[in-house]
Amino acid sequence: MVNEKRQIVVPGETIVSGNEFLPGDGAYRDGVEVVAGIYGIAVVFEKHVRVVSVSGAYYPKRGNTIIGTIVDITFNGWLIDFGGAQNAFLPVAEVPRYVNKNEMAEFLNFGESVIVKVWDVKSRGVDVSMKMRGYGKIEGGMIVSVGSNQVPRIIGREGSMVKMIKDATGCDVTVGQNGKVWIFGKDTDKEVLARKIIEFIGENAVSVGLTEKVEGMIKEMGLKADVEVIAEDTDRE
Amino acid sequence: MAEKGIYKKREDGRKFTDVREMKAKVGIVPSADGSASFSTGKTKAIAVVRGPRTLHPQHMQNAQTGILRVSYGMMPFSCGDRIRPGPNRRAEEIGKVTEWALSSVVDLSGFPNTVVDVFVQIPQADAGTRVAGINAAALALAHAGIPMKEMVSAIGVGKIDKTLVVDLDKFEDSEFHEAEGSTDIPIVLTSRKKEIALLQLDGKISVDEFKEVITMGKKACGDILKVQMDALKNAGGNDNE
Repeated sequence: MVNEKRQIVVPGETIVSGNEFLPGDGAYRDGVEVVAGIYGIAVVFEKHVRVVSVSGAYYPKRGNTIIGTIVDITFNGWLIDFGGAQNAFLPVAEVPRYVNKNEMAEFLNFGESVIVKVWDVKSRGVDVSMKMRGYGKIEGGMIVSVGSNQVPRIIGREGSMVKMIKDATGCDVTVGQNGKVWIFGKDTDKEVLARKIIEFIGENAVSVGLTEKVEGMIKEMGLKADVEVIAEDTDRE
Repeated sequence: MAEKGIYKKREDGRKFTDVREMKAKVGIVPSADGSASFSTGKTKAIAVVRGPRTLHPQHMQNAQTGILRVSYGMMPFSCGDRIRPGPNRRAEEIGKVTEWALSSVVDLSGFPNTVVDVFVQIPQADAGTRVAGINAAALALAHAGIPMKEMVSAIGVGKIDKTLVVDLDKFEDSEFHEAEGSTDIPIVLTSRKKEIALLQLDGKISVDEFKEVITMGKKACGDILKVQMDALKNAGGNDNE
C-alpha cells in the first residue's frame, strides 16, 4: 500500500495533476490534470489513476460471474436479463452439451435462471458462456437480490464471508457479480437462514465490524460459526 | 444596487447576494440506481435515476449513444392550491430544459440504445423549483454512477424593481408587483469549466444588469457546488449508523 492512495471523488473533480499520470476507468485527462468522470473512490496506484464506482447500476466486466433469467430465445442462442443496461447473449455454441436448434426451449426455457460467465463486453451487449465448471442452469434453491455494490462485502476478504455462510448453513452459495445470489441447500429452512444472513449483509454493507455482527447473527440462529476471522476489510472496494 | 429601487430589504433578512439555507442528501430511494434530495429554504426537490436500461419504443433508440429522459412534476400538495397531477405545459417545458442542461455534462456514449430516466418531483414549492430540481438531478445522476464530465449547479437570480437578488422566494418571484415588478433568471453552471448550461429569462433587464446577474449567479453556484460535493462525499456513512 506504499504507492496507493484512495479518496472519494465527484465528477469534474481533479484527482491528481501531472503529465506523468495515466487516466484509467472513470477518469479523463483535462490539460495537465486527471479528472474524475464518475462518482466513486479514486485509486491512484503508481502512475495509474482510476475511479471505482460505489453506487448505481451494475456494469458487466469480462470474467464476471452473473446470474440471470432467460427472456428470449433466438435461432442461435438465448437472451438473458441480468439487471444491466442490455441483455446478455448466450450462443448455442457456448453451452456445454449439444442442443438441437429446433428444440432450444427443451434445454433452457423462458423464465429459467442460469449462472454464466461474461465472455465479452461490447457497447451494444454482452456475450456470455456457461462452458465451465460451476456454470449452468439453476434448478432448485432460491435467488436473493442485493445491490451489485454490496457483492464485495458478501464475498468478504478472500471469500471469508461467503465461506462462513456456507459452513454455518451447509448451503451452497453462488454470488453473481450483478448482485444476485443463488442459495441451494438440502432443506428450505437452512436456505431461508442463509438468505436472511445475506439480506442482512446487503442492508448493513457500510457498517464497520460486519464480520462480527454476522457471526453473532449466526450464533443467534443456533448455528455454529467457527471460522478463523481474517482481518476485517475496512477498505471496501 | 439597492440605492435607487424601492426594494431595500428582503423579508427573511437575507442579504441580496445570499442564498437560502441549502440541504442535500443522496441515496434517499434505495431501490433506484441513484437518488437525491435538494432543498433551498422551503423549496424541496427529489430526483430519482433509473438506468441505463433498454429504451422502448425501439424507434426512439439511438445506436450511437444512450439518451437522457427527464420528467418533472410538482406534487398536488406542493403549494397552496392543489396542482392537478400529470403532465402539463409548464412541467413538460421544465423537464425538457432540465434535460438539455444535464445533457451537456453526462456522457452516455458507452451505452447505445439505452435510456437513463431521471424523475424530478417537487414535494414543496417556494419558487426556484427548476433550479432545485436540476441540483437534485445532478446529484442523483452522479450517485447512479453515470459517467459525467463534471457536475452542474443551478441558481435563480432575479431583479426586484431595480434591485438584483439571488435565490428568489415565492414572494419575490411572483407576488411582488410594485414598480418594475420582478424578473427571474435561472442559471445552470458547470462545476469545472464554469460554462453556462442553461440560461432563461422571464421579465425585462438591461444589458449591464444582466452582466451583473451572471457574476452573482456564478458566485452562488460555487456555494451550491460545495453543498452538493459534501452530500456525495459523506454519503453511505450516515445511512445506517
